[in-house]
Amino acid sequence: MPSLIISLSFLFALLLSAMPLPDRLLWFQPEWVSMVLIYWCIALPNRVGVFSGFFVGLCVDLLEGALLGQNALISAVLAALSLQLYQRLRNYGAWQQAMMVGVLIGISLMIAQWIQNLTGVAADTIAFMLPALTSTILWPWLFIAMRTIRRRFQIR
Amino acid sequence: MDQVRSFLTVAVTPLQWAVDLPTRLWSWGATTFADRNDLLEENAILKEQTLQLSSKNQRMAYLIAENLRLRELLNGQKPSNDNFLLGEVIGLDADAFTHLLLLNRGRNDGVYEGQAVVDSLGLMGQVISVSAFTSRVLLIADTAHAVPVLVNRNGFRAVAIGSGDLDLLQLTHVPDTADVKEGDLLVTSGLGGRFPKGYPVAEVNQVKHEPGKPFARVTAKPLAQLNRSRYVLMLNPKSLADIQLESLPIDSGTAPELADEKQDNLKSGVQQ
Repeated sequence: MPSLIISLSFLFALLLSAMPLPDRLLWFQPEWVSMVLIYWCIALPNRVGVFSGFFVGLCVDLLEGALLGQNALISAVLAALSLQLYQRLRNYGAWQQAMMVGVLIGISLMIAQWIQNLTGVAADTIAFMLPALTSTILWPWLFIAMRTIRRRFQIR
Repeated sequence: MDQVRSFLTVAVTPLQWAVDLPTRLWSWGATTFADRNDLLEENAILKEQTLQLSSKNQRMAYLIAENLRLRELLNGQKPSNDNFLLGEVIGLDADAFTHLLLLNRGRNDGVYEGQAVVDSLGLMGQVISVSAFTSRVLLIADTAHAVPVLVNRNGFRAVAIGSGDLDLLQLTHVPDTADVKEGDLLVTSGLGGRFPKGYPVAEVNQVKHEPGKPFARVTAKPLAQLNRSRYVLMLNPKSLADIQLESLPIDSGTAPELADEKQDNLKSGVQQ
């Protein structure tokens, strides 16, 4: 049951990330999958970790048609970083936590840019960091929603 | 690796369908609850269009016949006839840096890598990866895409490279003295063997001569509605018959057969 709820939450995040958006809004699209991954890493580090991150990232790759393994690597790194930080993150206040999550997602976006640079398509502005900003703003609400779900279904 | 990917992609296909579901529900609702008068009006317009197109098509049959005769006189090759497979866009790439479409046709429908994709107005792009039920199309405006074109007016050849902006293609290495003007139609040249010849690609919208530089800066606007088309045509799908034909040794020598083929070409030309 708990793993089902966790999988469903990832599934929902994948759906959100694949939603078609107007070209301008695409720059602001929050990193749903990364956010959900970070949440589970903070809340249940014994259940969700680097391996889950890798698997979810692979799904993102397949869904977006990106270089196979690109997002898998990024999500695995993200999960590893969150696992290092989870004890500190749990004790932070809502906005402090959001800032930290923003930094983590910023790092993941940076790695994504490096990989895209290597494969030939590079952004010429710093605007590729905008998703980190929107993710930071949305984090407290996502956190509360996910916590409600976790408590409702008593996932430990 | 490609096979692994296309195999794994089948697993996420339901997700892609789910993402597209709201759009399809919306269009289903829009047609179901449409006003009767609107439908009648649309029907009338469509009938008129059909009439216009079929009258044009009648002339096409004559022109194709004439073209064939002239090519015969010049000992030229017969032009190939293109078949179509109708595809529907079921997803876009949710990424600001690449321009990809997801179509609801895959290997099971005869789609293959490198297949050209057009909409009703012009060339859209090419298939870059195929799974069993879906395929991904790289649009001509993507920075990783280039298409060999020629200016329809005078046959000047160039390469149109995507700019990352859906409304802009760039023509590279056009000499300053080349005869390219604003408003020129660019069509696929068929060179390189990937895209069939003669499909409209873009219209030149700016020619800038920069003194001191060897090449002019030429930009063009794609004719296809890259961000609006919902239905696209995939050219020359591989059918079972095609695959069988490929495996058969084809005897091309005797005259009656050739005449038959010409007849066939004419017929299919009329049908299209």
